Amino acid sequence: MSIETASRIAAWIGASIVAAAAAHAQPQHAGQYEQADIEYGARLYLGRCIICHGERGDGMPGVNLRSGRFKNASTDRELSNVIRDGVAGTAMAPNAYSDSELTALVSYLRNFGSYDPGRSGKPGDAERGRQLFQGKGDCGSCHRVNGVGPRAAPDLSNVGAIRTAGTLQRYLLDPTDAMLPINRPVRVVKRDGTVIVGRRVNEDTHTVQLVDSHERLVSLDKSQLREYSIGADATMPSFANVFDEDERADIVAYLLSLKGTN
Amino acid sequence: MRTMTRALGPFALAVLAPLVARADVSYERLLRAGSEPQNWLTYSGSYASQRHSTLREIKPSNAANLELKWVFQAQSLESFETTPLVVDGVMYLTEAPDTVVALDPATGRIFWRYQYNPAASARPCCGRVNRGLAILGERLYMATLDDKLIALDATTGQPVWQKSVADPAVGYAMTLAPLIVKNKVIVGVAGGEYGIRGFIAAFDAATGEEAWRFYTIPAPGEPGADSWKGGGDSWQHGGASVWLTGSYDPELNLTYWGIGNPGPDWNPSQRPGDNLYSDSVVALDADTGKLKWHFQFTPNDDYDYDSVQVPVLVDLPTTSVTSGKLMLWANRNGFFYVLDRKTGEFVRGNPFVKVNWASGLDERGRPIETPQPEGAVTFPGVQGGTNWYSPSYSPSTQLFYVSAWENYGSIFRPQKVDYAPGLQFVGGLPGSPLAGAANLPRIRGPINNWTEALGNGAVIAIDPRTGAQRWRVPLADVSTGGILTTASDVLFTASRDGYFYVLDARDGKQLWRTTLGGAGANGPITYSVGSAQYVAVSSGNGLFVFGLRR
Repeated sequence: MSIETASRIAAWIGASIVAAAAAHAQPQHAGQYEQADIEYGARLYLGRCIICHGERGDGMPGVNLRSGRFKNASTDRELSNVIRDGVAGTAMAPNAYSDSELTALVSYLRNFGSYDPGRSGKPGDAERGRQLFQGKGDCGSCHRVNGVGPRAAPDLSNVGAIRTAGTLQRYLLDPTDAMLPINRPVRVVKRDGTVIVGRRVNEDTHTVQLVDSHERLVSLDKSQLREYSIGADATMPSFANVFDEDERADIVAYLLSLKGTN
Repeated sequence: MRTMTRALGPFALAVLAPLVARADVSYERLLRAGSEPQNWLTYSGSYASQRHSTLREIKPSNAANLELKWVFQAQSLESFETTPLVVDGVMYLTEAPDTVVALDPATGRIFWRYQYNPAASARPCCGRVNRGLAILGERLYMATLDDKLIALDATTGQPVWQKSVADPAVGYAMTLAPLIVKNKVIVGVAGGEYGIRGFIAAFDAATGEEAWRFYTIPAPGEPGADSWKGGGDSWQHGGASVWLTGSYDPELNLTYWGIGNPGPDWNPSQRPGDNLYSDSVVALDADTGKLKWHFQFTPNDDYDYDSVQVPVLVDLPTTSVTSGKLMLWANRNGFFYVLDRKTGEFVRGNPFVKVNWASGLDERGRPIETPQPEGAVTFPGVQGGTNWYSPSYSPSTQLFYVSAWENYGSIFRPQKVDYAPGLQFVGGLPGSPLAGAANLPRIRGPINNWTEALGNGAVIAIDPRTGAQRWRVPLADVSTGGILTTASDVLFTASRDGYFYVLDARDGKQLWRTTLGGAGANGPITYSVGSAQYVAVSSGNGLFVFGLRR
């Protein structure tokens, strides 16, 4: 491995620690919630919660969701658990929400009092998003959805269940910032000169596993490589200047609708 | 492609490059699975289910040079009963209950993991296990504990479709690896302890659409329905489950499946008659699911002698009596059978362990029953002379190998039981001949306080031409280890007391052994990466992979 490559990896490791810490932080206070999550949460609330809790969050006797205080929850994790598991002995039944939906609902509830639907952006349209995904964005030339498309980039069939609205929004604006460190592109030169580029899926001290550009699962022994380098930038370009704000909302709405077969 | 050009650079993913081989297993490859011994393409290694490989690098003269190459530790404490597949440089296995893992067969490092969480209503009788996968084209197929059949993309691990096969809330479950025949995925259902009506069903591999369903208990008016006498609805709750993978003869286009016990398990007076097709092997047309023939091993079973064992297909020279297309079967009821797989006719049968529930088999293979007096010990006991773990046949030695439970018996006490949906429907509980010992000794545990008083295990070799035992390696504990043989006359198995054995398939001589510290609970498989041969075997909650020291 060259010194240059090693320093790139070192730089990447430093950057990735910061990125990982940000990704796993559990926001506890209003102001730390992403606008896309708050808006997604508002839409979910409208569709599923409003019947009992009402438009102003005070539809159930003794419960005021706008107050920011919750009888059975103090932290976001507890709030998320109450939404998912319900409250025994009350009309609050368990709900099979995905992690993305729970993040969105918590974000909305934490901002219920200050959220102004009139001021926020237009809610995205999933069908328009699907058309943009396939057309203008050409996203399907790298990503696979429901069995269609290449496998070199991550399969998005269930991305709506595993990524939050805020994360998806960030992916569109700054993919390098939003990308999971494990998905960083790698380039390998084997001892016989063969070059392999691909998307890393796993790594340990001595080996690395990737999906190569031919969509094959490849496992490599690092000691047998002439060169192994990890790209700092996402292969995916930013769509900040490709889509306007409404179009990005449409794309996010489409991605959130992809929840896999489970 | 404007968006792509911005990303071009040394790391650009050349998605427009011509695609070269990745996981893509055609039906033609499955037909010739034995001709690519570097892979292990089906649960039983080939459609003939011989669990035999033509790899020869590991042989009797160098088996002592085996060493551990890597270990995969399952994230589940359930019995680890999976048989991995190895396909063009990727190993695919299942962890209990229904998780699929793709890993590197040379290092054990993981590419991806797909976790399916079965519904809480799933109620398998005997462990939340999964025995493995099938592959066709670019897709893997898994049958789940809550009766879903799931197709997964083999490169990404993403589900492509999911199909509901039965209702877990009334006791149906799936624990087997599916079988692919042509463009169909074939599965069967467990639930013989819950009063299900068993079936085998085939689904279109591309879409999941059901192609055919064969009920293992005929409905009134269908052939065989008169084997459920006494009126009432006993046939609707008669069990006859299917929880191990079948075999297939492409020349005859017949797929063979072993059928489980009738229900209630231990009270035959509630279901008078032979109870077809419980405890039978059925031969089905692979395209239509129509029954071509059946052979019943244990009519009106008193003892839970499931006949779910994997049918082993063997071709021997034609004689005046048989077509030479044979099926070998060491049955849970203690008899070793040779059948003609073209017609289902009985060729030969004899006990391979101590048997006293029958004095022998008549000329058509029907047992001559000798029920034991009340309170007396019946041999073999409730877990059988052997059970679900796979046997092997070696064309090289022309011997059949099986893990046998010797001198093992139970005391059967039938009880009346009423059927209730979702509750066990077993009709009694077999007892141990030794006061204080467990009724259903599944695992002896880290301390063997069960001892020779209740039987022992053995790896035995049977000559199918005579039924005679050729050699025997006794084990202190009974064994749940399947068996693998290779063309270099090496036999691999793992015992329940934690040993991995490498034996000479010709005479049973021990070539090497090591201790793995947990019960062996699958059939070992073998494959190669480059020129190096590997053997993978489960023990406890780990998959241990061995190869020669280099």
